[in-house]
Amino acid sequence: MPRPEPTAPRPRARIHRRGLLAAAAALPAAALLPGCSDDDRRRTGGRITLRFQSLAWQQDSVTANRQLVAEWNRKHPDVQVRYVQGAWPTVHDQLLTSFEGGEAPDIIHDASDDLADFAYGGDLADLTALLPPRLKRDIPQQSWQTGTFDGRVYGIPFLQEPRVLIANRTILKRSGARIPTPEHPWTWEEFEETAKRLTRGGTYGVAWPLKEPVSATLNLALSTGSQVFHRHRDGKVEVRFDAVDQVVPRTIHDQLNVDRTASRTTLGMGGSDTLPGFFAGRYAMVPLGFSYRQQIAQQAPKGFDWTVLPAPQGTGLDQGVSPQTLSVAADCPHKEEAMAFIDFFLRPPNMVRLALGDWMLPTGQEALKDPALRVARYDWAAGTALAGSLRSAPAQSVRGYPEWKDKIATPGLQEYYSGAIDLDSLRKRLVRDGNLVLARYQR
Amino acid sequence: MSQVSRRPALKRTAGRTGQYAALLCYLLFLAFPFLWLISTAFKPPRELADIHPTWIPEAPTLENFRQAFAQQPLLEAAGNSLLAAAISAVTAILLATPMAYVLARFRNRFSRAATGWVVISQAFPLVLVIIPLFLILKGLQLIDSRIGLVMVYVVWSLPFALWMLTGYVRAVPRELEEAAAVDGAGRARTLISVTAPLLAPGIVATALFAFITAWNEFFFALVLLKSPEKQTLPVVLTHFLGAEGVADLGPLAAAALLATLPSLLLFAVIQRRITGGMLAGAVKS
Repeated sequence: MPRPEPTAPRPRARIHRRGLLAAAAALPAAALLPGCSDDDRRRTGGRITLRFQSLAWQQDSVTANRQLVAEWNRKHPDVQVRYVQGAWPTVHDQLLTSFEGGEAPDIIHDASDDLADFAYGGDLADLTALLPPRLKRDIPQQSWQTGTFDGRVYGIPFLQEPRVLIANRTILKRSGARIPTPEHPWTWEEFEETAKRLTRGGTYGVAWPLKEPVSATLNLALSTGSQVFHRHRDGKVEVRFDAVDQVVPRTIHDQLNVDRTASRTTLGMGGSDTLPGFFAGRYAMVPLGFSYRQQIAQQAPKGFDWTVLPAPQGTGLDQGVSPQTLSVAADCPHKEEAMAFIDFFLRPPNMVRLALGDWMLPTGQEALKDPALRVARYDWAAGTALAGSLRSAPAQSVRGYPEWKDKIATPGLQEYYSGAIDLDSLRKRLVRDGNLVLARYQR
Repeated sequence: MSQVSRRPALKRTAGRTGQYAALLCYLLFLAFPFLWLISTAFKPPRELADIHPTWIPEAPTLENFRQAFAQQPLLEAAGNSLLAAAISAVTAILLATPMAYVLARFRNRFSRAATGWVVISQAFPLVLVIIPLFLILKGLQLIDSRIGLVMVYVVWSLPFALWMLTGYVRAVPRELEEAAAVDGAGRARTLISVTAPLLAPGIVATALFAFITAWNEFFFALVLLKSPEKQTLPVVLTHFLGAEGVADLGPLAAAALLATLPSLLLFAVIQRRITGGMLAGAVKS
């Protein structure tokens, strides 16, 4: 092997500078090389690895999710599941780019009202033929509808929560008002009357956190027979805002602007923002999701007496919900294995663990029978009794709903609730402008 | 006579007091979110929901920090952020410094056009850039890659770094370089021994800007990185948020407080070098 010719030594400073520059240039590449992308979904040595993106965020829920993944991995050495942490505020953008880039997780945790575009866009796998009979039987039809688009199942609903009235029991008892139960809830008229009785001194009867008014309004309005979105035989959807659709928005508006039984300061608030006022006795009742009990249990002052009441009923007690769902990416090469994991993940005892971790209700009928979800503590039983009345929110399968919600309904309802426009102006906006938006999606 | 001489002194004192009062108000305004973050990070859940919040926690606790570390891989994410921010800052400086020198010293039609383009590029909003960028990186197989993220950070911070450094180079008197040339120094020698030391504060300030931009950046990291072990700190912070804006406020504040510390420490250490005014007295006028 020829030896290299000896070369004359170069000035030290020059070598030093060059070396430094070369090192500086090489540093980024060297430091980052282990970061090159890989394909986790390929078989490696006969083993399949699936990526499961979970949106669990509360400590108990994250623990339950991770434990279930670990249990699966112990039992299934050939099909390993890798836990990937996602986040609710960013999941839509993150999935959108993941699907575009072919980098989507195999098993996707999301909510049913976020699935329409992905389902219609071919990003999610049609799970209809893959569903295990046990799971099919366990989850009731009204829940399946939440994850079904064009007759195909794209999301398996597994956790849901009714909107309930969380009330200060001391103030409620003092007023002498009838305490509603799931069997005998208040009508909307009774609710208005009770709010009047509870409004005394510095206390408002109710606080509506309406930072995001659309889903709250539409889901509660199902109880009065409201639908808003009407699907024709040709599949096209039309927005209407008829008398039955107006009952709930008008009630809220009147409480805020006519009766003054609802605090106007909470109009722009999220649910959590109302809790300090609720604990301080400024509001007697707050309509919130069932899972807010976790925050209340954690943050309420010692001795604060609270209770969960069913939302008022109209012609029925129905309420729209958008359950949490599990889906499989359309380009997942191991759909059957992914479904096997979902089947394991949603077995009744596991569903109970997930429900307890998230303070929500399971969709599965077997899980709902579990004694842990029927206890009086934290009013679990009150929520479980409402599970049968939860329906698919009519809007969620409508293409163009997110744009209608953001551009038309949210500002429209906010202005109506603040008293800036009347019901007729709101109706014109929701219907006329709303149908123009939907038309673009239905050409 | 004495009254006449006292009046301007009184005026000066009053003016100075007003200036300090205004400065104090401004400092309080700037510090308020940070002080509130500190306060929140040490509060137990019950105090967080108190309708009469206090600045000083009544029962200070480290539980939020314990929970934050237990729930999310904060150290790993901080390591990822540090790596991406440091490498992108170094790379941006290595690229921007010679470019800035050329733009500042050789003024012709090209340099004016280049400077104009740099300024215009600052006007592009993120959402306009993200989809084409994503497709380009996908073509280069740099999605879910730290190299891809650093490249984006370098490109993103380069125009402003270039603009900043050009200003610093222009502030170095040309006469100093000419004097070095008269003394027999070549261009390389002049650049290394005369210009570079005078540019040091500017380079440090620009590097700091590039570092902090990358350290705080959220959207690119969210969109471009998929693997959990590569996620940066701002992305991991969102894991403390639930649906409909619900947040695990205590642990979130604790984690956010830790995330702001490196920027603060960096500023504290090198702020003298930024504001040192090393050019003062370099040229006798």
